[in-house]
Amino acid sequence: MDFFLQLLVNGVCVGLLYGISAMGFVMIFKSSSVLNFAHGELLALGAFFFLALISWAKLPILIAFVLTLVGSFILGFLIEKFFLRPLIGEKLIFVIMLTVGLAAMFKGFILLIWGGNLHTYPEFLSESIALKLGSIYIAPVYTATLIISIIFLVLFGLFFKKSAQGIYMRSVADNQKAALSLGVHVRRVFALSWAIAALVASMSGIVLGIINGVNVHDLSSIGLKVFPVVILGGLDSIGGAIVGGIIIGLLETFTGGYLSPSLRDVVPYIVLVLILLVKPYGLFGLVEIERV
Amino acid sequence: MKKFSFHSCGNYREDYAEELKIFETYFGRICLGLFLILFFAVAPFVVSAYMLYILNMIGIAAIAAIGLNILIGYTGQISLGHGAFFGVGAYAAAILATRLGLGFYLAIPAAGIITALVGMIFGIPSGRLKGLYLTIATLAGQFIIEYVLIHWDSLTKGTMGITLPAPKIIQWEIAGDKAFFFLIFISLVLMTWFAVNIMRSKYGRAFIAIRDNDRAAEGMGIPIFRYKLLSFAISSFYAGFAGALWAYYMISITTEPFNLGLSVEFIAMVIIGGLGNIPGAIFGATFITLLNEFLRFFTGLLMNIGFVVSFGLNMAPLREFTFGLVIVLFILLEPRGLAELWRIARSSFRLWPFSY
Repeated sequence: MDFFLQLLVNGVCVGLLYGISAMGFVMIFKSSSVLNFAHGELLALGAFFFLALISWAKLPILIAFVLTLVGSFILGFLIEKFFLRPLIGEKLIFVIMLTVGLAAMFKGFILLIWGGNLHTYPEFLSESIALKLGSIYIAPVYTATLIISIIFLVLFGLFFKKSAQGIYMRSVADNQKAALSLGVHVRRVFALSWAIAALVASMSGIVLGIINGVNVHDLSSIGLKVFPVVILGGLDSIGGAIVGGIIIGLLETFTGGYLSPSLRDVVPYIVLVLILLVKPYGLFGLVEIERV
Repeated sequence: MKKFSFHSCGNYREDYAEELKIFETYFGRICLGLFLILFFAVAPFVVSAYMLYILNMIGIAAIAAIGLNILIGYTGQISLGHGAFFGVGAYAAAILATRLGLGFYLAIPAAGIITALVGMIFGIPSGRLKGLYLTIATLAGQFIIEYVLIHWDSLTKGTMGITLPAPKIIQWEIAGDKAFFFLIFISLVLMTWFAVNIMRSKYGRAFIAIRDNDRAAEGMGIPIFRYKLLSFAISSFYAGFAGALWAYYMISITTEPFNLGLSVEFIAMVIIGGLGNIPGAIFGATFITLLNEFLRFFTGLLMNIGFVVSFGLNMAPLREFTFGLVIVLFILLEPRGLAELWRIARSSFRLWPFSY
């Protein structure tokens, strides 16, 4: 029973990480329907930028964190401005391959500067926020993750429901032409959503880096793990990303624990195909029925 | 007489049959014939062994890229699983050759057919999904096939790899770059011929109709699911065929090369060459293979000078970066690829030398 509970807790923790990694991805898809294959690299960029600020520039943690978020906000803005904007209205394959190309560029850039080794952040989370429930131990990072993801979920919920920009973003996601004709600045919405997505991505990159260490290969493979998560939750649902993340995380840890560790990495993709065949728009996604 | 001209200087087509012609003038046909004769008679005997190896790799990549172009460029279905299909072909050929002792002339086409079946299985989601959902489904296919190749130990020997016997025609053994040059490039010519012609047939027109507007195609009575599956089958056949050739050429194969990176490389070939253009796929394959070799050479050079060692740099990041940059630049600056550049170059000769 203990084993089961520990797996359950681990699964939820890993799942939360997937969930917050997926949030940025969903933001981009929601407003500009771009499938971002460079998401893992965005996570990695954020994590490495933070690493550079705290271990090379020796800045205090909080300042480094804020600087990283600002930097990635600008980066996301620039990516949209220079790479994605010329492709508005182009074929899907070009958009997909552009993000794949960007992913290769970012990965090459990170490897050039930091190499492929594992880096670690200095310890800075205090042990006092660790949770102990009977025999089950939850490490402080996971508690922090839980807190951060809840905060972000609430913030995004408010942003999309209450703020003007958030409502513009939803309107663009719903119908670009209608939004444009009603005076929504669609290009600004795109730029803003990329900027926010990059910000969320680098934040989750930092969290992942604290837990597993900062390694470009690991982080960019998370970018591919995001696909089962978002498909399960629904490509355009931010809450769905978290739920999907937790389900995929549980699935992975339980297969790893009870069936075989090697099956662990492929199970999400098998589930992905099944979901696509049965319920392509996921648990919380917007259903567009088209029978061709 | 205009048929003998260098390049027709306007659009003189009068009916659909002329529109379908591959060569507008006899000149083009003669040029291609001469090029092929020269290529087969001269190239393998003149160039160095290393260049011959590169040529062979280009040939194999070109076969796979043509197949992928049928799927992406003509039918409009994006597959991120072609690296895995290539691997399925390689493993199918290796298993058929070692377990069943089939000759290469049976094993390679059989590997293609097996891959076509696998491709059709992963094309089934296309019945319900399209666009990016289908792309994600094929991405999942890539990972699932990779997993099966590594973990189905009893069949694929897992990470140990398989060593293939040398292909034999009765007694003559095909070994070495020169013999493989003929095997690979004769296959390439046949496969190109087949691809160009299938695009002029009923099937090719149906593929293009599905790409341009699937609803209209369905409305006009094209059973689009069947045609999508057919397109998946044909393009996986090409990938499997290329993979089988690659397996024979490499002699021993492991599961490592057939990853997502290979799939991306194939798509890059198709895009850089030109979507929906068969010769374009060959250009793209040439471009990417040469780019890889050039970068390998270039970083090797830097290493020798000792310029790079101090940074602890190796080849992978520079290659990765340049590869990404090339894809991005092509998409932003010339999305129709090298084939379009070639067309522009040719049509600037339309009125040559008496242009006004």
